[in-house]
Amino acid sequence: MSRNDVLVDAAWVEANLDAPGLVLVEVDEDVSAYDKGHIRGAIKIDWQSELQDPVRRDFVDKVGFEQLLSSKGIANDDTVILYGGNNNWFAAYAYWYFKLYGHENVKLLDGGRKKWELDSRELVTDVPTRPATSYEAKEQDLAIRAFRDEVVDAIGTKGLIDVRSPDEFSGKLLAPAHLPQEQAQRAGHVPTAANIPWSKAANDDGTFKSDEELRELYTEAGVNLDNPIIAYCRIGERSSHTWFALRELLGLPDVKNYDGSWTEYGSLVGVPIELGAAK
Amino acid sequence: MTQGCAAPAQTAHLPATVDLANEAVIQGTVLRDGSPVSGAYARLLDASGEFTAEVVTSEEGVFRFFAADGSWTVRVLAPGGVSVDSSVTAETGAIAGLEVAI
Repeated sequence: MSRNDVLVDAAWVEANLDAPGLVLVEVDEDVSAYDKGHIRGAIKIDWQSELQDPVRRDFVDKVGFEQLLSSKGIANDDTVILYGGNNNWFAAYAYWYFKLYGHENVKLLDGGRKKWELDSRELVTDVPTRPATSYEAKEQDLAIRAFRDEVVDAIGTKGLIDVRSPDEFSGKLLAPAHLPQEQAQRAGHVPTAANIPWSKAANDDGTFKSDEELRELYTEAGVNLDNPIIAYCRIGERSSHTWFALRELLGLPDVKNYDGSWTEYGSLVGVPIELGAAK
Repeated sequence: MTQGCAAPAQTAHLPATVDLANEAVIQGTVLRDGSPVSGAYARLLDASGEFTAEVVTSEEGVFRFFAADGSWTVRVLAPGGVSVDSSVTAETGAIAGLEVAI
C-alpha cells in the first residue's frame, strides 16, 4: 500500500473526471454544500441520513449499506473517490466505512472540497443519474473498529490517540468550537491517551502532510508505531482522518477507529476520566 | 444535543436554540472592498496556535465560533493564497465581533 493507492490530488481528479469505472462521491453532514455546487459528475452521500441507523446509535447494517450503494449506482468493482467539507472529516469517515464493509478500490481526494475551492476549480449544480447496481458488501472488518470495552482495556496498554483540539482534550471545551458547547457528556479524555489533534496531520489547505512529517509527528508525541493504536475524537469522524493517516498512508497494521468516541466514553458510568492538558 | 459534527448555518443572528449566557461567541464578517465574501474559510486557533475549529462563511460573509474565555486567533483563507490572521478575546455571555478585510 502506498500513498498513491489511497490518495489522489485535485489535478488528477480534474484530469480523470470522465474515466470509466470511477465514481466521485461528496460526503457531508450538511449536504447543502453539495446542492450549491459540487465537482462535475459527483454524487452525494448524506453522512447523517444515509450512513447512520435512523433509530439506534450505529451505522446502517450490511444490508442497508448494500441497498445504499446499489441505489447510488456504485458497483463492487468501481473505484470510489471520496471528498467533502470539514477538511474531509466525513469523507474520511466514509472511507473507513467503505473499508469496514470491504470495498476494494476507494481513495480520498487530498484536501477535499476546501482545496478544490481554494484552487478555484469548477463546481457545477447538475446532479448526475447513475443506473442502479446490485452491490454486495462483506461482513464488517472489526480489525479496524474499536468498541468501548476495548478502549477501557487499552488504558496503559495500547496506544490511545485523542485527536480532538487541546481544549477539548483538557476539558475546557466539550465540542469543536464551531458548535454550541452545551453537551450531555463529561469533559476530559481517556487516561494515558496522547493528544495529537487531527489538524496536525494536515496542512492549512486540508491536504495531508508527507509520510515523513506524519511519522515524525506521531513518534515525537510518544506514540510507539509498532504497538496497536486506537484513535478517537468526539463522534469518530476526525479520528477517521487520523486513522487514514496512520493505517492507509503510513501503512501501520493495527490501527482502529473508536467511532463511539467521546460522546460515548464521556457518558459511560464508572470509567476513568482524566482532566487537564497532556502530560 | 447536536448529533453530528458539522458546522451549523453561519447566520448573522445567533440561533434561537443557543443560550448566550453559556457561550463565549466569536463572530465576524469577511469583507473584500467592503462587500461580504461568502465561501471563505475561517479557522479558529487557540492561544498556542493550534487549530480548534473551521467554518465556511455564509452568503452574508458571516462566521461564528463557540469558544471559551481567553485569547484566540481567527485565520481567514480564500482563493488566491489569501490568509489573514486576527486576534480576538472571548468571554462567556458575550459576542466578540470581528471584521476581517481580505
